[in-house]
Amino acid sequence: MSDSVAALIDSMATDLRVRLDAARRTSPLLIGIHTGGAWVAEHLHRLLGITEPLGTLNINFYRDDFTRIGMHPRVLPSHLPVAVDDRHVVLVDDVLQTGRTIRAALNEIFDYGRPASVTLAVLVERDGREIPIQADVVGRSLTLADDRYVKLSGPEPLELVIEGRG
Amino acid sequence: MPGPDLQLDARGKLRHFLSTEGLDRAVLTRILDTAESFAPVGERAVKKVPLLRGRTIINLFFEPSTRTRTTFELAAKRLSADVMNLNVSASSATKGESLLDTLHTLEAMHVDMFVVRHAASGAAHFIARHVAPHVSVINGGDGCHAHPTQALLDMFTIRRHKGGLDALTAVIVGDIEHSRVARSQIHALISLGVKEVRVVAPRTLMPPGIEALGARVCDDLDEGLDGADVVMMLRLQHERMHGPLLPGSGEYFRYYGLGERRLAAAKPDAIVMHPGPMNRGVEIDSEVADGKRSVILNQVSYGIAIRMAVMSMALGSHAGGDS
Repeated sequence: MSDSVAALIDSMATDLRVRLDAARRTSPLLIGIHTGGAWVAEHLHRLLGITEPLGTLNINFYRDDFTRIGMHPRVLPSHLPVAVDDRHVVLVDDVLQTGRTIRAALNEIFDYGRPASVTLAVLVERDGREIPIQADVVGRSLTLADDRYVKLSGPEPLELVIEGRG
Repeated sequence: MPGPDLQLDARGKLRHFLSTEGLDRAVLTRILDTAESFAPVGERAVKKVPLLRGRTIINLFFEPSTRTRTTFELAAKRLSADVMNLNVSASSATKGESLLDTLHTLEAMHVDMFVVRHAASGAAHFIARHVAPHVSVINGGDGCHAHPTQALLDMFTIRRHKGGLDALTAVIVGDIEHSRVARSQIHALISLGVKEVRVVAPRTLMPPGIEALGARVCDDLDEGLDGADVVMMLRLQHERMHGPLLPGSGEYFRYYGLGERRLAAAKPDAIVMHPGPMNRGVEIDSEVADGKRSVILNQVSYGIAIRMAVMSMALGSHAGGDS
């Protein structure tokens, strides 16, 4: 893991702990979105010393572009090891841009049960929101030209890559 | 019979699912992998994903069926599609023309997919060749020809219980002649690269030339079961038998029925499968059907995941659409 990503995740863990403590949200349930979000969630899970297993979500069955794109050829199943009912869920993703992935993830989580709360933690938030979804905990904020995008490569090392024509 | 091109679009994506014949290992594996990700949906509180919301699927059954129709219906509902069951009496629709009329009438209702079961071999292919370009067809069993979703749920069952298929010896026992399941199983097993496929049947129920599909014909059940990893039993299809092809059921069981004693010849960790409905005491003994090595009820659950996979893959985007 490159130093910069490690530092971002460290600061996310600190922010998350402060935030959860302040709201008295004990024993949170961490859920990472495939694939990058699950990598970040793994590190947060370890840094926060959470004993319960980590959940992973694959939002492919909840995407809003199925009609245009069709099925993803290789879809890893979602895996929520414990019930989400009445739990304080921390949803983790790598990059928040349009907000559509988070919309899909929230729909899926609520099909598993009724969490007490959901906190959103993202490694990178950038401009380009298309629906009203904001993160609670952010590693880094970026403003990028429309034709550039940021992605997390990994899992070893985790590195932020900014690509595009610009 | 038309080639595999009817089943795949220009980009090699599944468009219709009519037969396991002609689909290569990559396509079959993709279906199994997709089914793997649908399997947990059935274990959740809300057993539904919104993937096919707003799509209309018609189960067009010209032949009676409980299990296949129910699992197709459940699969469609778990994908959030609207599904309608039409049981068309076979007598009024055996002619090609009236079949097409039925089809075009239903198409006019803006249907997205037909799941077809028909007593005539080739019916699903026929329909697939005549539907509008945006409509997909899934074969739910046509005559003695193919029953591809059954074969794939069997492959899924084997993969789940055995880890993989490569090193396995599978034996198919029973009424091979009338079995669309057996034909689809043989094609799928061979494509997925099993070590050996054996077939066992009374001579009157063994189609000539079955070796050409890649299966080894065994003379008796003991030879077929010897060292087998997977035992796939078939139902005696009395409704498709014309004339005296068999002695009594008692005698059939004595030679071709699976009981614990015969099963001892297979590997100790062999699994026993049956597509249902079972004729207990005819092709399989209750002791085996309800025993430790039976995965017959697992097959039913996996059938829903397989049907969800092929429905969603066939209704995804196709050549001509953007990507």
